[in-house]
Amino acid sequence: MNLVGSFFRSSIGRKILMAVTGVILIGFVIGHLVGNLQIFSHPDHINGYAQFLHQLGPLLWVARIGLIVAVVVHIWAATVLTLENKAARGSNYGFKHTIQATLASRAMRWTGYIVLAFLIYHLAHFTLGAAQSATFKDNLKSYVLTADYRVAGFPVVNAGTKVADVYSMVILGFQSPIVAVFYIIAVGLLSLHLLHGIDSLFQTLGLRSNKWSGCLRKVAIVFCLAYFVGNLAIPGAVLAGKLSPQSAKISAPAQR
Amino acid sequence: MVAASSTKSISVTLRVWRQSGPKELGQFKDYSAKDLNPNMSFLEMLDVVNDELTARGEEPIAFAHDCREGICGTCSLTINGKPHGPGKGIATCQTYMRSFHDGDIIVVEPFRAAAFPLIKDLVVDRTSFDKIMQAGGFITARAGSAPEANGLPVPKGDADRAMDAAQCIGCGACVAACKNASAMLFVSAKVGHLGLLPQGQAERDRRVLAMVNTMDEEGFGNCTNQYECSAACPKTISHDFIARLNRDYLSASLRSAFRPEAASTGGGGA
Ligand code: HEM
Ligand code: SF4
Ligand code: FES
Repeated sequence: MNLVGSFFRSSIGRKILMAVTGVILIGFVIGHLVGNLQIFSHPDHINGYAQFLHQLGPLLWVARIGLIVAVVVHIWAATVLTLENKAARGSNYGFKHTIQATLASRAMRWTGYIVLAFLIYHLAHFTLGAAQSATFKDNLKSYVLTADYRVAGFPVVNAGTKVADVYSMVILGFQSPIVAVFYIIAVGLLSLHLLHGIDSLFQTLGLRSNKWSGCLRKVAIVFCLAYFVGNLAIPGAVLAGKLSPQSAKISAPAQR
Repeated sequence: MVAASSTKSISVTLRVWRQSGPKELGQFKDYSAKDLNPNMSFLEMLDVVNDELTARGEEPIAFAHDCREGICGTCSLTINGKPHGPGKGIATCQTYMRSFHDGDIIVVEPFRAAAFPLIKDLVVDRTSFDKIMQAGGFITARAGSAPEANGLPVPKGDADRAMDAAQCIGCGACVAACKNASAMLFVSAKVGHLGLLPQGQAERDRRVLAMVNTMDEEGFGNCTNQYECSAACPKTISHDFIARLNRDYLSASLRSAFRPEAASTGGGGA
């Protein structure tokens, strides 16, 4: 078999594709969360950050296409492998029993496909404006940065620039309890997906062994809890009334 | 881990999968096994039940067995959903009736996997494992008399791990226990056993590629790293060998894609 065949047709090759695309997606979700947590500081931050990403122009598209490819390969491999696995059993056991497989590992397909549904809603919500379009950034009053937005010390968006008001869009979006709760459930399921995913990817890439598998498991648990809490914080804070949109702040301008 | 000895006799109900042939429809049938000596093995208990069935003129339950001491890998059976029964690190032939309680209903099924087609009742055809072995589970070296022991140094750690892997008796419990009927534990044990020793190096890449390829062709499922296999294995082969197999497969694929061929075998030129 040639190299392409080894990766796309063999069982282990497709598992390696899943693991590698999984690593790319984990890298993305970490970066995405860190960026989003800027909502807890002055609106200049998240709005400047969003403007900075859009200014990347073609580079932004390189990243987007890379992520789309990763998602497509990951889900393609998951689906093909799952269908083969069902066929490989032949007839089902009359007495079903699990010896030690974790709940997270047995729920991978469920958590995966629900996260996919969430991903589609999420893009429709904050990227395309197809869901909740009344509060979509293009339909809100634009925001004027009060200070330079800096990346690694360099000003990348100057004070006084008119930018989209992402800050208000996110908060207005989460003021709908149904949407906020859906987000919280979805990131909870993604955290569960990653609990098995992190363990699993090290095994698939041949890097896991009894020397440190206990430590790896603990790191995965801590990471998934932290990831969940970080993601819970944003819709949670809006529901608890701790964050309010720009329009409510116009009468009382925020002090830095 | 064999349950402690006991003297109280027990009676159980067996719910056994009966299927008269590969193409016939199968179903569970209940049999009562009364006043059993708790120190008889599970297979001896089936012998007793079969004697009674034969005496009544009924077809005895077909099951696979040979050594009855945990070394040949012939016995199978899924007992209450777990291949080789409730004990850890033992085969069905080493499972004793004292592991069960008086009045238990015990569900007995064949190993279920498309790659292990059913022959009759509890007997399945494990030829697919032989095909995987024929694809690369060997070394092509002269098998003469034993060489001088110190002529070929093997680090102790490697020798120990190779022996851990070499314990695999090829029973197929890993496939039966796996949620996806994957044969990765078996293949990883065979690849790991030879790949850890100097004698296995010459054919290391070819072996792992050929054995994995045959495993896929035979219709086994794909590993999802849930480790049901190692928990059911009568030899407690570790799933660390699966990680090693994955690594070996990756590097062998990369090496074989770029390694030049000798002119005499059709390479060279350009
Ligand atoms: C942000 C999105 C996602 C991330 C970060 C992610 C991450 C991961 C990681 C790291 C793995 C382990 C790779 C391995 O070694 O097998 C994995 C496995 C898996 N993922 Fe995802 N995934 C995501 C979305 C999805 C989606 C949308 C699906 C839907 C089909 C999915 C289905 C699966 C399945 C079935 C497995 C295999 C589990 C197994 O081998 O037990 N994932 N994922
Ligand atoms: S790895 Fe264990 S369960 Fe699988 S065939 Fe070998 S001895 Fe049997
Ligand atoms: S009969 Fe030989 S291992 Fe059980």
